Amino acid sequence: MPNHEPVSRRRNLIQALLGAGFGASFLSFLYPALKFMMPPKVAESAANQVSAGKAADLKPNSARIFRFGSRPAILVRTPEGEWRAFSAVCTHLNCTVQYNDQTHRIWCACHNGQFDLKGKVVGGPPPRPLEEYVVHVQGDEVVVARS
Amino acid sequence: MLRRALNWLADRAGVDSIRSFLAHKTVPIHSATIWYYFGGITLFLFVIQVLTGMLLLLYYRPTPNEAFETVQFIITRVQFGWLVRSVHSWSGNLMVLSAMIHMFSVFFLRSYRQPRELIWLSGMVLLFLTLMFGFSGYLLPWNTLAFFATKVGTDMAGLVPVAGSFLRRFLRGGDEVTGATLTRFFGFHVAVLPGLTTLLLLFHLALVQKWGMSSRQRSGEPVSTMPFFPNFVLRELIAWYGALGVLGTLAALFPWELGTKADPFASAPAGIRPEWYFLAVFYTLKLIPSKVLFMDGEVVGIVVFGLAAAGWMLIPFWDRQPEEAEQHRLLTGVGAFVIAYLVVFSVLGYWR
Repeated sequence: MPNHEPVSRRRNLIQALLGAGFGASFLSFLYPALKFMMPPKVAESAANQVSAGKAADLKPNSARIFRFGSRPAILVRTPEGEWRAFSAVCTHLNCTVQYNDQTHRIWCACHNGQFDLKGKVVGGPPPRPLEEYVVHVQGDEVVVARS
Repeated sequence: MLRRALNWLADRAGVDSIRSFLAHKTVPIHSATIWYYFGGITLFLFVIQVLTGMLLLLYYRPTPNEAFETVQFIITRVQFGWLVRSVHSWSGNLMVLSAMIHMFSVFFLRSYRQPRELIWLSGMVLLFLTLMFGFSGYLLPWNTLAFFATKVGTDMAGLVPVAGSFLRRFLRGGDEVTGATLTRFFGFHVAVLPGLTTLLLLFHLALVQKWGMSSRQRSGEPVSTMPFFPNFVLRELIAWYGALGVLGTLAALFPWELGTKADPFASAPAGIRPEWYFLAVFYTLKLIPSKVLFMDGEVVGIVVFGLAAAGWMLIPFWDRQPEEAEQHRLLTGVGAFVIAYLVVFSVLGYWR
């Protein structure tokens, strides 16, 4: 009676080697494809201070969205004439907020998040306050900086 | 000569075997047979999407400086451009509706039960891909609504535990929604999703062919049937014709609006809301408070939605009864609750 044991073992070994070879080559094709799909890290704009426009252009009880680095920020002139600036990115789901001159609050139209003029959450679902910036009025120019 | 050529073609293409297959294929008849047509209607609308999408590709350019302008050009200058774009948008929406009706009909007819578990699972993934078609296509005109919908949607993906930040960067092509996101979504919409959908659709249809349509009869009971060809096929064609009528009417009478061009440095406008099929989720997220116990409210929302979707997808494994005719009162109640939730919250999301 012929002994098939060594043949079968050799076949298993060849199958395992072939399987491992195919698996490894598949992974070696997959890896660069997956890495290609992930966008490269781009250094964020290092803006720590930007000009938010002319002071005379913004009346009390109004606001303006301006660009702070790569993100929007909001400059608010309160009804009393004070200057405030915050990140305009809602802490809930990333929408851009606006100023409501009726309620004197910063409001996000997407999910009705509401912030007071210190950036604190006073209504709706946002979990955190808005990041606050420092405002300097230099002559007629409004300069906003990270605190 | 022509007859000989046709005979040769029929012989080489194996037309006889197709004829014999069609002659033997039957479809069960019962009081709920009408719901069978929605699977076919969804397929029909997918084909319309592919055809109109190809036409739009002749003019559309996926860059932030050109996307809005090229869509504007299509609907104002290209002959019948408004109609092609409107048909594309409306058929996308009707496809989501038809796929949802198809899913709920399979659910309430209990057609997901063994041995059709994989048909249900592949159908659920197809529905997910359909929603992704809607989500990715929505950004392509680069208008204000689309821009903020994408910001919110990709930020929600970022809340998924563990893989969130990877997913958000992967979807956006960076940290923010920019031109890189537009290019990426365009690639998903016209290449990745159609490829995946076509493959999965073939798998889904092959399984429907293998296991047949469910008959709702107890095993051993006689099943009334009709021939697939021509009886069922002709009925399905009438259903497609009806769907085409609805689509044409909607596209012609209510052309899809373009809105205003996206400005990444402008506030989200008042009254902003997503497409109707995301309204229920949108309104729920509005209602969840900022903190639930020790977790951020939106994270709780995403986790609960994810678990609910997973539970729904695994229904064939909760309900192990082999007989389609047997009711499962709890699951029927769950289905009715899900429909009531989707309808009520969508209406509230639209009006409030």
